[in-house]
Amino acid sequence: MKIIPIANSTIALSECEETEGTVTKQLLPLTRREFLSGTGILFGSIAMGSTLAALAPSPAWALELKTLSTAEGTTLMKMGRVLYPHAKLPDAVYALLAKDLDAGDAKTVAMLKDGIASLNKAAKGNFDNANDAAKLVAVKSIEGTPFFNAVRGKCITSLYDNDMAYAAFGYPGSSWDKGGYITRGFQDLKWLPEPSKEASPEPYMG
Amino acid sequence: MAKFGYDEAVVVIVGSGAGGGTLANELCQKGVKVVVLEAGALQSPATFLNDEWKSFSQLAWLDNRTTSGNWRVAKDFPNLPTWICKTVGGTTTHWAGASLRLEAHEMKAKTTYGNLKGANLQDWPITLKDLEPYYAKAEDKMGVTRTNGIPGLPGNNNFKVLHAGAKKLGYKEVHTGNMAINSVPRHDRGRCMQIGFCFQGCKSGAKWSTLYTELPAAEKTGNIDLRPDSHVTRIEHNDAGKVSGVIYFDKDGKEQRQKARVVCVAGNSIETPRLLLLSASNKFPDGLANSSGQVGRNYMRHLTASIYAAFKEPVHMYRGTTMAGIIRDEAGNNTKRGFVGGYEMETLSLGLPFMAAFLNPGGWGSEFSWWMEQYANLAGMWIVGEDMPRETNRVTLHKDLKDKWGSAIPNVHFDDHDNDLAMRNHAFTAGENVYKAAGAIKTFRTPPYPSTHNLGTCRMGLDAKTSVCNSFGQTHDISNLFISDGSQFTTGGAENPTLTIVTLAIRQADHIAAQMSSKNL
Ligand SMILES: Cc1cc2nc3c(=O)[nH]c(=O)nc-3n(C[C@H](O)[C@H](O)[C@H](O)COP(=O)(O)OP(=O)(O)OC[C@H]3O[C@@H](n4cnc5c(N)ncnc54)[C@H](O)[C@@H]3O)c2cc1C
Ligand code: SF4
Repeated sequence: MKIIPIANSTIALSECEETEGTVTKQLLPLTRREFLSGTGILFGSIAMGSTLAALAPSPAWALELKTLSTAEGTTLMKMGRVLYPHAKLPDAVYALLAKDLDAGDAKTVAMLKDGIASLNKAAKGNFDNANDAAKLVAVKSIEGTPFFNAVRGKCITSLYDNDMAYAAFGYPGSSWDKGGYITRGFQDLKWLPEPSKEASPEPYMG
Repeated sequence: MAKFGYDEAVVVIVGSGAGGGTLANELCQKGVKVVVLEAGALQSPATFLNDEWKSFSQLAWLDNRTTSGNWRVAKDFPNLPTWICKTVGGTTTHWAGASLRLEAHEMKAKTTYGNLKGANLQDWPITLKDLEPYYAKAEDKMGVTRTNGIPGLPGNNNFKVLHAGAKKLGYKEVHTGNMAINSVPRHDRGRCMQIGFCFQGCKSGAKWSTLYTELPAAEKTGNIDLRPDSHVTRIEHNDAGKVSGVIYFDKDGKEQRQKARVVCVAGNSIETPRLLLLSASNKFPDGLANSSGQVGRNYMRHLTASIYAAFKEPVHMYRGTTMAGIIRDEAGNNTKRGFVGGYEMETLSLGLPFMAAFLNPGGWGSEFSWWMEQYANLAGMWIVGEDMPRETNRVTLHKDLKDKWGSAIPNVHFDDHDNDLAMRNHAFTAGENVYKAAGAIKTFRTPPYPSTHNLGTCRMGLDAKTSVCNSFGQTHDISNLFISDGSQFTTGGAENPTLTIVTLAIRQADHIAAQMSSKNL
């Protein structure tokens, strides 16, 4: 499982509304040094008061990209939402997809950039601004391409193996450190008839 | 731990899993000196991880392999035909613990099922009766529940769902299974804490694994030299055509030659035939023990499939033992169903990360997402049934691709037999019916995962022309070369194979020790 690396960012969201172009340096007082080397940056916020917000040190998150532009990163996030749509998952989780894909070698990066361009083309120029139905059509039209396979495959580990997905879908992860489930409800299901003691003997309680 | 010299002619065992680890201990208890060469590293319950992907990279065999054939695994996991381990203890670290004996008729598959087109059926050269005393020893050693007075495990929520559906349909043999998992403390190991990460290595040590049972017991005798991180690349022979030693790469990547009086190969059913094929020489141009041409053939993987079902209420299937219970009523041979052989239905659960990877490999879109969102309300079962051995389903050496030691990598070819397809369809329907009877709102047919049960690639038989080894796993061609894992299986049966692998290893140890004392080996 991954912990979403949400930085304790001081970016004021109101100052960062553009989705295109480079973020001006003065907006990043704390993390300035890291961001200078990046090619793009993704940012967003997690709704306050949600269960997921409790997992993040700050409601605002920012994520630096090493090789992709902000626009390319955003397109990957939106493609991730078409592939695996989850209203329950905040953008921060889909940003992980962009981050994990961004980590590839030069050949992969070129493939991603080409793929993003073809996705935009399939969406008549601008995938990000297309409506949901048009986005789905565009993604379907590139199904089976190496780009599609790379993004879809990465979704499996990026979207479903992190603390926020665990919380959203009700999977607690590691259990040995809590003593397993022997005293924590492994047989607490009450909406079906109980099996006989021959079929399912009482647990040994020492 | 004992240290034996490279020039000492010991019994060399390749692999430390169910077959190799058990054989090592049994031989050591009889005073035989054994060197175990294990490609994987040494872990322990303390280092096991309750994290599916991290555990997978810690324990699984990830060396490159290729696939071919019409099985769906070749499409979904082209370079991962199997899910098995490279670690001390082998796949007994990952296994779930279901421990069932073969049925008498399954060991006479040819006689029972007759001539099936496209299947290479044979009767085993031994009967269930021959194996019974050894099965009893294996069950005691492994602490199998509902044998030797050991109580069954308590069923978890996933079992309650399976049980409720099965009972509604009138299935009779439904219980928490015969598991090599301590329901009560036994043999210095604690009882199951219902941790729920059985596939990631049992952190409480309740589940039998050679890692912390057979191998430490062997160590106490002073007769074992266990060498982790030691990958065997070749078995050598002398002019007389007897095996004389093995070549391996040690943990520093240095090539070593260990002299051997006897070599036992227990690398699981892909690596075992691969090693025999890689050891081809002028004298044995088709590979060792391959005069029959059967090395690598008749590869079986059990008919597998899974069914997941969504309910209105929570199940939390991940809580507690992964394989928490069984329905055995479909295991018999009832050809009225449209196929020969039978299958077991056993509960199964995956964590969220593996559910995403295995529910529907390649799947995407809103339906897939819907299933993931039902995670807390899902119940799951796995189908394990007898698949047909076919000569053309086989492990071969890749023509071009090599591994880091310069050895040709294996290709695993598998085509489903019509009988397999008919059985899988029947099992899917039966499994869905179980869940519908328990009130499922939706059910899903999950295709086979990479193979966890790998069998048959060096089959045993009476005739040296049509089989690789005899009923003791001793190869027909080379008397001091043994097959000591599931590769020996003549046919697969419907039952999870490990209890039988352990049983055969105990029997083989008796044979080797006796042959050694009478100087036949
Ligand atoms: C997730 C999962 C669940 C399972 N559940 C069950 C179950 O409930 N019941 C059941 O009966 N079975 C189960 N199995 C199957 C069971 O684990 C295997 O049947 C059993 O472990 C096979 O024993 P083996 O000795 O043939 O091979 P393994 O246990 O796989 O051991 C082979 C060892 O040989 C080593 N090796 C291979 N090649 C070389 C080489 N060239 N040099 C040195 N070392 C080498 C490997 O690293 C490995 O450690 C399960 C398997 C998996 C993956
Ligand atoms: S459920 Fe039991 S057997 Fe499985 S890992 Fe946990 S303690 Fe071990």
